[in-house]
Formats: sequence, structure tokens, C-alpha cells
Amino acid sequence: MAQIDTGGGGKKGGKVRSKKMSTRIDLTPMVDLGFLLITFFMLTTTLAKPQALPITLPEKPNPDDPVDTTKVKDTLALTVILTADDKIYYYEGIGSDDVNIQQTSFDTENGIRQVLRRKNSPQISKIEVLRNQLKSKEIDAAKYKEEVIKIKGGKTAMFVFVKADEKATYKNLIDMLDELLINQVGKYAIVDVDPKELEMINGTGAPAETPAAP
Amino acid sequence: MSKAKIPRKSTNVDMTAMCDVAFLLLTFFILTTKFKPDEAVVVDTPSSVSSIKVPETGIIQIMIDKEGRVFFGIDGQDTRIAMLEKMAEKKKIEFTDVEKQQFSLVSNVGFPISQLKPYLAANSTERSAFPQPGIPIDSLNNELGDWILAARQSNNDLKIAIKGDQETEYPVVKRVFDVIQEKNVNNFNFVTDLEANPYD
Repeated sequence: MAQIDTGGGGKKGGKVRSKKMSTRIDLTPMVDLGFLLITFFMLTTTLAKPQALPITLPEKPNPDDPVDTTKVKDTLALTVILTADDKIYYYEGIGSDDVNIQQTSFDTENGIRQVLRRKNSPQISKIEVLRNQLKSKEIDAAKYKEEVIKIKGGKTAMFVFVKADEKATYKNLIDMLDELLINQVGKYAIVDVDPKELEMINGTGAPAETPAAP
Repeated sequence: MSKAKIPRKSTNVDMTAMCDVAFLLLTFFILTTKFKPDEAVVVDTPSSVSSIKVPETGIIQIMIDKEGRVFFGIDGQDTRIAMLEKMAEKKKIEFTDVEKQQFSLVSNVGFPISQLKPYLAANSTERSAFPQPGIPIDSLNNELGDWILAARQSNNDLKIAIKGDQETEYPVVKRVFDVIQEKNVNNFNFVTDLEANPYD
């Protein structure tokens, strides 16, 4: 491999002369390699970073604090109950004995999204106007944000109670919160499901379902 | 009139400059790449239209896999050591400096703290086979709460991110919410994949 040519083999006394070689090296393969590695690192770094869905839960009431009697207006409230097999039950209002409980799904065309859009249409159209103003540069982004928060938190904005029973999955919850985000619902709470509501659900879903074993 | 002679030029291009550029870029990408930390379980997150990115540093990550096992992770080696010291104090377990050093390299914990010593003593192949039953979250032995408290005591600016699997059952998630709220944290994030907003 790397022996030194002693220059023997006959020629006596001949001075060994190294051949003059050009010092230029062909860098093409090195450039190829460089770009190959760049491609690799570029493709591995641009892996999508996960998104964050922020949530603020209501503070746990302190037993010493005076009881807050502020109630959500019944007409603005919507109660959504998530349950097994991605089914959703909902009714308008906070809950009384004679609510009209209905079943729906996560379907985008005639599922919960349309229910929310119908109920929240005043807010959605207001935000739509703002968005158009933002697009035509009538207002700036900061102003837009501020106004949207005002609309979403306004007194006439709807309030959604999200309840999930034991058979619901984490995906259902996130999907529901996502629907609220899509439909510009700013006021919502995750609360525990009422035993009374469970009874009502089991009442409406009667034909398809066999009563759960105790 | 003599004909204009076009001198013959070599077709060889000097590649040195290009090579320089290539390696400059390569260096940049190598230095900026952050490889995904190895996670104890595969968690398939649901998607949302939220456009907010998860911050890279300063988060407590609580993973819930589809069997309902809870894992606790935090970034920053110094924070990890500080957290472990707080935890050791509380649980009355002594950790040596070597163990602390080892712990600072662990990205996720998914077992009761009583198992931490044997885990830290194990080598990497044994670790991958180490049983990870999840951190206890029941009210009698609420270690997740202790971890959160210890983490927040060592760095108060930490944000909590919950990374749950799509198939995780709701009661487990609910219990985790409760544990977090018991520690007076009402603000947290769900880690999700990106999804297009249909009304944008």
C-alpha cells in the first residue's frame, strides 16, 4: 500500500525524483457529499413542531370564599356531553328536568360544528367582518386580536359546558375544544357530567343500545 | 484581416468556493438541529387548529399513553437535578451525586419514585426493558402532584403541557387535570398536531 518507492531495480545512482503533480484537487465529490449532508439535516430539522392548545380551567373554589351566585344565562348556554363511540349529546340551556336532549356526532357537515355555528352565528359574523377588515388592512393585527377577544368574551356570547362521561376518550375532548376554537366560542368550561344527564342519554339512545351492565 | 481566435478555455470550474458554501451550510444545520428526545412511549396526539407552538424550553410535559400510564418529563439538566433534590427531601430518599448526574439525562419518568434508584443504576439496554407502569396518580399516593410541586419549586416559570394519546380514556385525563389543579395551576396546554382550519 504505502511503501516508499526506493527507486531500485536497476537504475544505479539515479536520484529519485518525485513527479511534479498538480496541487489542484477535484472538489466535486466533496461538494456532493456536503450537499448530501445538508439535505439530510434540512429534512430532519423541519420536522413539524407540535402545536399547543391552551386551556384555562376555572379555579377551584376556596371553601372560605363567599359563594359566587353569578349564573350563565340559560338561553346562551349549550351543554355538550361526550360519550362512547365518538357520540355527542347536547341540549340548550344549563340543565333542568325538561331539556330537549339530542344526539349528534363530530361530523363536519351535520354534526356538532353546525350546531355551534348556528348558535354562535352573531359572534361568527362579527368576527368575519373584522377578518375582512384585517385583510384589507383597515385595522392592524393587534386591534383585530383585541376586538376578537372582546366579541368572544362579550355578554351575549354563548357559553358551552363540555362534559365527558367515563367512556369518552381524550381525542373526543380535544376535538370538542377544537370545535369551540374553530367556531369562535370563547367561553367554555369542562365540568363533570351529572348522573341525571347520564340517565337522559341512556333514554334517548335506547333502540341501538342495550343498557349497560351494572 | 486576421481571423479572431477564440482562445480555448478549460471547462474545469473551481469548486473551492462551492465547497466552502456547502460546508458552511452544513455546519449551520448540524449546529441548529435538535434531535427528538427519546420518549418512553409512543403517543399519538390528536390534532387541533391551534396555531400556537409548544415552547421548546421551560415546559413540564405530562404524557398519558393509551393504557392510561402517566409519564412525567422536564427539560433542562439543572432543573432536573434541583427537582430531584426537592423530591428526595420530601420522600426521604438519598441520592448520590452520580445518581443525580444520571437523572439529569433522563427525559421521562414513568414509574414510582421507589423504582428510581434501580433505574438509575441500570445500563441503557436494561433501561429500555425497565417496567414503566406509570406514575401513581391516585389520591393516596399522588406522586405526579409531588413531581409537579418539586418541579415548580425548582423553577417557577415552567408551563405544563399535556400530551395524551387519542385513545386515552377520559377519567385518567380528568384525574390528571385534578392533580394539576390541586397544585394551583389552572393554565396549561395540550400538545396537538396541526390541522387546517376549515373556515380560514
